[in-house]
Amino acid sequence: MNWIKKTAGLSIAAGLAVSGFCAETINGAGASFPEPVYRVWTYNYQKANGTRINYQSVGSGAGINQIKSKTVDFGASDNPLKLEELEKDGLMQFPMLMGGVVVIVNVPGIKTNQLKLDGETVANLFLGNIKKWNDKAIADLNPGMKLPDLKVNVVHRSDSSGTTWIFTDYLAKVSAEWKKDVGCDKSVKWPLGIGGQKNPGVCNNVQKIEGAIGYVEYTYALESKMPTVMLKNRDGNFVKPEISTFQAAGANADWQNAPAFYMELNDQPGKDSWPITGATFILIYKNQANKAKAEAMLKYFKWCFTEGAQSATNLKYVPIPENVFNLIRSSWDKSVVADGKPVNYKSEE
Amino acid sequence: MENSKKQLISPDVSDQLFKVITAVCALLAVAVMAGFFIQLSWSSIPAIRTFGLNFLISSEWDPVKNLYGAMPAIAGTLVTTGIAVIIAVPLSFIVAMFLVETAPPALSHTLSHAIDLLAAIPSIIYGMWGLFIFVPFMQNHVQPFLADTLHLGATPLFAGEGNGFGFLTSGIILAIMILPFICAVMRDVFRMVPPVLKESAFGAGATSWEVTLDITMRYGARGLLGAIFLGLGRAVGETMAVLFVIGNVQKMPTSLYQAGTTISATLANNFAEAQGVFRSALFELGLILLAISFLIQVLAQFWLNRVSRQMGEK
Repeated sequence: MNWIKKTAGLSIAAGLAVSGFCAETINGAGASFPEPVYRVWTYNYQKANGTRINYQSVGSGAGINQIKSKTVDFGASDNPLKLEELEKDGLMQFPMLMGGVVVIVNVPGIKTNQLKLDGETVANLFLGNIKKWNDKAIADLNPGMKLPDLKVNVVHRSDSSGTTWIFTDYLAKVSAEWKKDVGCDKSVKWPLGIGGQKNPGVCNNVQKIEGAIGYVEYTYALESKMPTVMLKNRDGNFVKPEISTFQAAGANADWQNAPAFYMELNDQPGKDSWPITGATFILIYKNQANKAKAEAMLKYFKWCFTEGAQSATNLKYVPIPENVFNLIRSSWDKSVVADGKPVNYKSEE
Repeated sequence: MENSKKQLISPDVSDQLFKVITAVCALLAVAVMAGFFIQLSWSSIPAIRTFGLNFLISSEWDPVKNLYGAMPAIAGTLVTTGIAVIIAVPLSFIVAMFLVETAPPALSHTLSHAIDLLAAIPSIIYGMWGLFIFVPFMQNHVQPFLADTLHLGATPLFAGEGNGFGFLTSGIILAIMILPFICAVMRDVFRMVPPVLKESAFGAGATSWEVTLDITMRYGARGLLGAIFLGLGRAVGETMAVLFVIGNVQKMPTSLYQAGTTISATLANNFAEAQGVFRSALFELGLILLAISFLIQVLAQFWLNRVSRQMGEK
């Protein structure tokens, strides 16, 4: 059997010799929620500056795993990590983009932004406490509206996702019963309903089932032209889901006092704030092994915050406001080092 | 020139080299299989430690509290596979029967190819077709017909509001998917029946039906069972076609109209974001699926070996 061992050894050696690496590329992986924007950014940035960025939208959990095992240069996650968890691995995080999650419905006769709901009612719909669309709780919020005697069909995400995390975090904030019985995570024990594959799957299932209610990232509701509902925010106003109300929620968030940028944007105060808003985050190592790479990476992020803001808005996402970007810059200056020195991302090429 | 070449690689060495390469390639298959088992078992250790045997019978699925049970997924896999086999086996039997016994040779030839083509359709196509065309069809026509027109809605099996998704829809799509596989094997089994046996039966005055029942089926009984096992093996692990139409809910099946899940659908839905015990629980589910498929393959091989041995004896 000696010849088997020899051959196996040879083939392993050959395999090792073939693999190599390319220094000019920056690799990132994670969240799928901001993927449309990241794709445009990486394409435009490579055209303008020549640095190649590979982004794989594999999901937030996988992104966190990959940055922790150092297989990528940056990770992306739709839910922020707590300070302790970041410290443990020597990571830092900062927000990259904000976006809104909206509630979509398929009720005959109800067009987009006609139906008004509050947090408690949305939670009761998803808990199965409200079974018919002509329930008193809904009728009270919509005086004069003709509501059909139709069964409520809940549609949720079947895969784990950052969108679900944002949505269930909101429900847990506005409903004690939700918080106690279901809780908040990237996938939860849904009391009822059926699951759809990713955002398009939820849109499709809501479209197919009469009386359905679901939640999706805003862009997907626009694309599929599904009727959205107005929600009552913390200040008691009914607001429409649109860029301006997402921006209002983002502007009212107190980033200054959020350690490690840990921020849940849901249910922010402000008269125009859309209540279900979330940020998506980037994770990088504080101690960068490769100086040239670290410089190129921070330059890219800086470009995203400044030049890239317009393309994010075009895609209905909310860019990070300038005052928050200034906070992020000062935290880069403070924490990110390569070869023991702060990384210089400001210099012009 | 030629002389020096011969000296460089003697026939002895090249023979040896050839032997080594072929052996390594062949052993690779076994190594990969063993690797799967070891890797899956290793990764499921945390889940096995946490939940023990309870994992197999618990129907709890709560990612927030980190509690997982495999029962809904296992039951869903068995129910959808069961529906698929119940529908596909008689249909394939009839089709194979027609192809071998009654169809004119030209038609039989064309139809055989058409059925083989069905087997070549990727499962994602079945999934898409299922979601966009078959689910609405089930919702608007089949389910109301079964529940209201045939009054099956009163029985627990067809209880609940049919919204097109669920076990029945998944089972039917799986049936269409595995039909060509079962049919192809059955066709070959029927062809293995020596013509002289059938002719003597016909000569003795038996009808076509009697020949089928008493000669063909009896002669090929074990081969037919092998065909069913092959279909089973394919239905058990099918992911994409089921994922789109099952509804993806971690609940024990109580009605065929209900939404549920299967092992492979649970894995596909959750792997990207799973961490810690959740991830380990998914690995354990994968191990269970591998064990089920392995068992089916072993049984199929067993039956097929027996049938070929019997054929040889006769």
